[in-house]
Amino acid sequence: MPKIEFKLNDKLVTVHSTANRRLLDVLREDFNLTGPKEGCGEGECGACAVLLNHKIVNSCCTPLANVDGQEIVTIEGFSKTKRYQIIKDAFAEMGGVQCGFCTPGMVIATESLLNKNPHPNDEEIRIALSGNLCRCTGYNMIIKSIQKAAKDGDGIW
Amino acid sequence: MVDGLIAKSLNEALEALDNKEYQIVAGGTDMLIQNRSHSGMNIDYKKDVLYINLIDELDFIKVDEKNLYIGANTRLETILESKLVPQILRDVVIEMASPGIRHTATLAGNIGNASPAGDSLVVLYLLDCELEIKSLTKTRKVLLKDFITGVRKIALNKNELITKLIIPKINLTDCYFHKVGPRLSDAISKLSFACGYSVENSIIKDLRVAFGAVYVTVVRSREVEGKFIGQSVNDLKANLDDIINAYEPLIKPIDDQRSNRVYRKNVAINLLREFIENIKED
Ligand SMILES: Cc1cc2nc3c(=O)[nH]c(=O)nc-3n(C[C@H](O)[C@H](O)[C@H](O)COP(=O)(O)OP(=O)(O)OC[C@H]3O[C@@H](n4cnc5c(N)ncnc54)[C@H](O)[C@@H]3O)c2cc1C
Ligand code: FES
Ligand code: FES
Repeated sequence: MPKIEFKLNDKLVTVHSTANRRLLDVLREDFNLTGPKEGCGEGECGACAVLLNHKIVNSCCTPLANVDGQEIVTIEGFSKTKRYQIIKDAFAEMGGVQCGFCTPGMVIATESLLNKNPHPNDEEIRIALSGNLCRCTGYNMIIKSIQKAAKDGDGIW
Repeated sequence: MVDGLIAKSLNEALEALDNKEYQIVAGGTDMLIQNRSHSGMNIDYKKDVLYINLIDELDFIKVDEKNLYIGANTRLETILESKLVPQILRDVVIEMASPGIRHTATLAGNIGNASPAGDSLVVLYLLDCELEIKSLTKTRKVLLKDFITGVRKIALNKNELITKLIIPKINLTDCYFHKVGPRLSDAISKLSFACGYSVENSIIKDLRVAFGAVYVTVVRSREVEGKFIGQSVNDLKANLDDIINAYEPLIKPIDDQRSNRVYRKNVAINLLREFIENIKED
């Protein structure tokens, strides 16, 4: 049995299984991390998003093999950070959350964006969210939430 | 159950390929979807898999006087952010998928998938892209247009890997890419179009047109281009009908769930017409 080792939410973990699995299944089933969700299962909705080396990826189209020796952060791990608190408060205040199904993915997309570009303009925010679908908010409130997070968190990204 | 081997160096990958036949997987954004099974189940690969996405030595962007070189593993997002990459190629990459996909997907994967709707292919054909292909004992170069032989068909031997894309530096007065599709980020193109020209002293020195998703492979005809290179800008515009007539028989789109052939053909011709009409004198 192959052995795949990676850093998951700041801890070194080992998976003893075939490499031919989706990262999404490994996170949900082997580690009980259910923040990343299966929406479409084909890369289009962003509900399964996680951070791979600080950048957003869709865990439903990431083979387990591709994280060997890399670093993965899920919403569960990210929720322990100060950055998360700022994003969470901004989403709550600006109405960026309704049913919540898309929210873990939206928060991950926000972190991936602000980590690279702490002061994004509207267009940059829209591009950053282009892989995340939301059926409730109509997006404008999410965009406002991200603008607020960028402002409130000035200096920590 | 099929095996999965994770290669971390080029040599390791080439040695594995020399020993037996593998399904190569880079970012996996095409392969995981195409071989999808039920949630929680292993990916439904039909043969052993060689994972190459973590071979760092194939992740680079370099230039010399003649060419731009993009490593097979260079992620789409890296290409998008690189100032070394021509704008027209970055324009196509920003319309491919979303950041989550672009952080793992590769151009070699888009080429290896050989879909008639593969977006980068139109621009890579336009730019005369060549590929470097390696096996354990041999390195060869092949033009992309000769590498893709049909729908999902490529001229790659079982023991070979694409290692880099080679894109000649050219000087065009203007060039652009246009994708026709419903939702920008995740839409598969109904049709795509790339074009470019250069003009010197009112004479057309270079003229290039490529169409995607109108035939089994990208359509680009050096022969048609050659007929109009050397004309003055005015003559070229006066010959618009001849140009359209020359491309007409090459554009043979299909009906599918994304669009139909009449629409595709009309849009293709309209994009060609717009391009020619907007060519400027220098
Ligand atoms: C949600 C979503 C949206 C998408 N949007 C677009 C889009 O807008 N436009 C578009 O064109 N595509 C799109 N795609 C398809 C896909 O993302 C691209 O084709 C991408 O470039 C594939 O790269 P990859 O590295 O993930 O390929 P993989 O899935 O790893 O491989 C694809 C094929 O290439 C072969 N291959 C890969 N690397 C090599 C190599 N070095 N040598 C030899 N063979 C190799 C593999 O064997 C396989 O046959 C989308 C996919 C998803 C899931
Ligand atoms: S479940 Fe992964 S993108 Fe929809
Ligand atoms: S809040 Fe319901 S899907 Fe976005």
